[in-house]
Amino acid sequence: MSTQQGGRFFFNVDWITILIYIALCAVGFVNIYASIYNPDNSTLFNFSSNYGKQLVFIITALILGFSILLMDAKFFSVFSPIVYGITMLLLVAVLLVGRKVAGNQAWIPLGSFRLQPSELAKFGTALLLARYVSSFNPKFRDFKSIMFAALIVLFPLMLIMLQPDTGSALVFLSFMFPLYREGLSGYFLLIFLGMIVLFIADFLLPITLIIPVILVIGGIFIYQNRRKQKVMFSIILTTIVAIAYLFVVRVAYEKVLEPHQRTRIEIMLGQKTDPKGAGYNVIQSKIAIGSGQITGRGFLEGTQTKYGYVPEQSTDFIFSTIGEEWGFVGCTVVVALYLFLLLRLINLAERQRSTFSRVYGYCVASIVFFHFFINIGMTIGIIPVIGIPLPFISYGGSSLWSFTVLLFIFLKLDSNRMGFI
Amino acid sequence: MDNLFNRKYIVQGLFIVVALILVGQLFYIQVASDRYFLSANSNVLRKKYTFPARGVILDRNNKVIVQNEPVYDLMVTPNLVKEFDTLAFCNIIGIDMKGFHKRFDKARNQSRYQRSVFEKQLSVQTYAALQERLSRFPGFETQNRTVRHYPDSIAGQFFGYVKEVSAKDIEDSEGYYRPGDYIGKSGVEREYNDVLRGERGVENTIYNAKNVPQGSYLDGKFDTLAVSGETLISSLNIDIQKLGEQLMHNKVGSIVAIEPSTGEVLAFVSSPTYDPNLMVGRQQGNNYMDIFRQPNRPFTVRPLSGYYSPGSSFKPLDALLGLQEGVIDPNTTFNCPGYYWAGNHQVKCEHVDGNISLRKGLARSCNTYACYVFQKLMTQKKFKNKIEAYDSWEAKVRKFGLGSKLDLDMPFERKGRLFTSEEYTKRFGKYWGYTTIISLAIGQGEMSATPLQMANIMAIIANRGYYMKPHLIKGIGDKKNVRKEYLTKNYVDVDTRHFEPVIDGMQDAVNAPYGTARASAIPDILFCGKTGTVQNPHGKNHSVFIGFAPRDNPKIAIAVIVENAGYGGSYAAPIASYMTEKYLTGKLSGNRGERAEWMKKQVILPDMPKPKVKLPPYQADSVKPAPVQQPVNQLTSIN
Repeated sequence: MSTQQGGRFFFNVDWITILIYIALCAVGFVNIYASIYNPDNSTLFNFSSNYGKQLVFIITALILGFSILLMDAKFFSVFSPIVYGITMLLLVAVLLVGRKVAGNQAWIPLGSFRLQPSELAKFGTALLLARYVSSFNPKFRDFKSIMFAALIVLFPLMLIMLQPDTGSALVFLSFMFPLYREGLSGYFLLIFLGMIVLFIADFLLPITLIIPVILVIGGIFIYQNRRKQKVMFSIILTTIVAIAYLFVVRVAYEKVLEPHQRTRIEIMLGQKTDPKGAGYNVIQSKIAIGSGQITGRGFLEGTQTKYGYVPEQSTDFIFSTIGEEWGFVGCTVVVALYLFLLLRLINLAERQRSTFSRVYGYCVASIVFFHFFINIGMTIGIIPVIGIPLPFISYGGSSLWSFTVLLFIFLKLDSNRMGFI
Repeated sequence: MDNLFNRKYIVQGLFIVVALILVGQLFYIQVASDRYFLSANSNVLRKKYTFPARGVILDRNNKVIVQNEPVYDLMVTPNLVKEFDTLAFCNIIGIDMKGFHKRFDKARNQSRYQRSVFEKQLSVQTYAALQERLSRFPGFETQNRTVRHYPDSIAGQFFGYVKEVSAKDIEDSEGYYRPGDYIGKSGVEREYNDVLRGERGVENTIYNAKNVPQGSYLDGKFDTLAVSGETLISSLNIDIQKLGEQLMHNKVGSIVAIEPSTGEVLAFVSSPTYDPNLMVGRQQGNNYMDIFRQPNRPFTVRPLSGYYSPGSSFKPLDALLGLQEGVIDPNTTFNCPGYYWAGNHQVKCEHVDGNISLRKGLARSCNTYACYVFQKLMTQKKFKNKIEAYDSWEAKVRKFGLGSKLDLDMPFERKGRLFTSEEYTKRFGKYWGYTTIISLAIGQGEMSATPLQMANIMAIIANRGYYMKPHLIKGIGDKKNVRKEYLTKNYVDVDTRHFEPVIDGMQDAVNAPYGTARASAIPDILFCGKTGTVQNPHGKNHSVFIGFAPRDNPKIAIAVIVENAGYGGSYAAPIASYMTEKYLTGKLSGNRGERAEWMKKQVILPDMPKPKVKLPPYQADSVKPAPVQQPVNQLTSIN
């Protein structure tokens, strides 16, 4: 690699994204420090503590990230099937040799360090999906290409479900956004949204109310399209399927979901309260965040944080620390940072000349978005508890590294957008 | 750029919408609602209260009459309780297993993590037995408190009693009281509760999620120490209070003694009484019911709420008003043939004295004399009609404190009874005159006074024309603050010179050979007074005496009522004389000591109501007065 190349490469990297990335890592470190802070034993900086480890993770993540920037952009496209293959093998391996942590067989022990293959599977999948979509520009009109793209996504999803780690598996649904951008019919998104709405409505309202509402809405559409026979037919079909879905989902809910998952959903929908059991996490998290009020209690001043009222506070519930110690102002700043990052990633993706880079960019944005929405939504009680980390902020090496790799591959692709892949 | 480029905006729009939803929910829980903030504090903070000792009460000579004794509440924190020898535990505190489970479930229902009371007020002995083995009963601890102790076991109605706050008290206090606090429910404990109660201390301790204490909240910034209640110096003289209660033993009635120059109440006896120590401790509820069920209602505070016709003890007032109005002078005589004709009915008199003067009329309690004075007052030329005459008379009588509250510093005072002219018109129609209401002249009829009001009238006469508001507490706290209202003189608008002729008569009532209370004279002390024998429609007459001593520069004014004891001279007057002598000299001279002992042994109790008669329902506390003496229009006042 010549000096000339190196100069151009640094010139082309999107430094704004890197700054947001560093800002989010810093927010993470500060709040992990606060989450673990013990007023009796706070004198020395300690590398064996979690905040010390997180610092090590951040530094190594930066090294990892900049190493990726030094790699050849073509590598990712060319080797994407191999990366995908390796991550799938790891997903299979974890089912065989993995260690069970908190009911999930998600970790492969590697010496003092544990590898979480489901994190790696995210960018493996993203790479192969980008490669597939870019290979012949299918436009997603034909059934075969949709099926193949779905297979790329659903295969790791199934493997992760077997662990079983529903939270990580659900993240793979976020690949719908890049596919949508590349031509997947918007109906898929609408159908998906409709399924969620109907599922919630089924919970909260009597079925004798929902069915007439569906019929009325169907009737309105039929009336509007009364001259188009073909459309009318699909509307009638949709209406029937929607009603059938109501009953199927009930059965599926009882049979497919684990009891604890059902409880989490019921708590989120306010159908159940269990402040000392399954609802404890969410209640305590909401109390911690709510008690921050406008400006927060201040760094290291959060009582709920300091005295351990929120379980899993440095990992999945790290946002409760931000909420308690930095208040509404701090929370809004963090949400704004994420939003800015996401919009920036979409803009970067759109400026790519190669379809591969664009699809990959959408994948990155979608995965970060999904984590961001589910994680924060869970801590403030608008999403059922799904144990996935907050990108760049939550404690943990696997998570931080995989998001770093995910992001920096895209930054590398972006810096090379004038070249051909 | 293809036509799918527009989908970028849909994706970005979705991101923005989701971010706004998150911020919206954050706004709701962080800014709009303070529910979570409060929950956070209740998560972390445990308040431990320390209870203050109530203020001590002293008598007028600084002798302690109420003090505090330690007791121990047994507290339990349910989630800290581990398996232990429940049987041994129950044996120590004297409950059975059923009782144990009942108490424990109650505590657990309140809170698993906050401690609550398991058993109240363990005695020192139980506490000692328990304390040795407390380490074997994890989750249990004791908390010090104090309860009242009355070393002399007297003056129950004066003190009142202290009880745990009720739900209503907590509500009314707007957050001051918490369950388990004590509050004065009657008597001085109630009246001066705000001064006596002191301030609760609080320790804020931070607890972590595992309920392990993490030290003081904000370095104790909000912690406070318990502050004991203020000391009260009462006006009671505990020696004569005790003597009074002994003299009134097995009798129903009251004694009120006032120091005329200050209005300080020296003795406040309500009989039957009870040992205030019974109203303390774990047996409080049972004892309360026992006392409550006793005949003659020991909880009734008779000096304040007993209604009695003043009877003949009203006659000095007749004379004072007559002198002030000029309808009589000290030398005026009236002829007493043994009765007085009021229109078509007769007011009888005990004696046939012929022409009788003011001085002798008072000494011998002549009804005829009193009626003539009343007649003259009501028929003065300056009045246009009887209404105007009566209104004038009523206003003057009210000046003496009859018919309205004297605002003694004690709850549940009643105002007595004195009719207005409207009330008479309502009762008798248009046609009534002084003859209709002539019984007022002899203190009967539509007139009732509390013993406190009678004693106060004596203080007015002793002071020759004014009174200080009577009060039971003469100093509050270390600075001995006195309420301002107790320092002003209340004049009754009768000139000082008119008092001497009246006092002459009252002196003779006790000291002259023809006086009605000559057996109650005190050697070497000029004791002035007036007997009364009050008609009682329910049974035997009440024995009444009001008096003061010494004649010059009086130190004590006293009213004694002994219900159903007959002549004023036979019981009330001797009791008053023993009280007065004891107060003035500290002892009883000659054979008067033995006579006082004899008096103590007398039993004068009203006949029990016949079993078939259903008693009217009692009211809690001492609001209910003694049975009101319904005056009867049969106009005989003897003595």
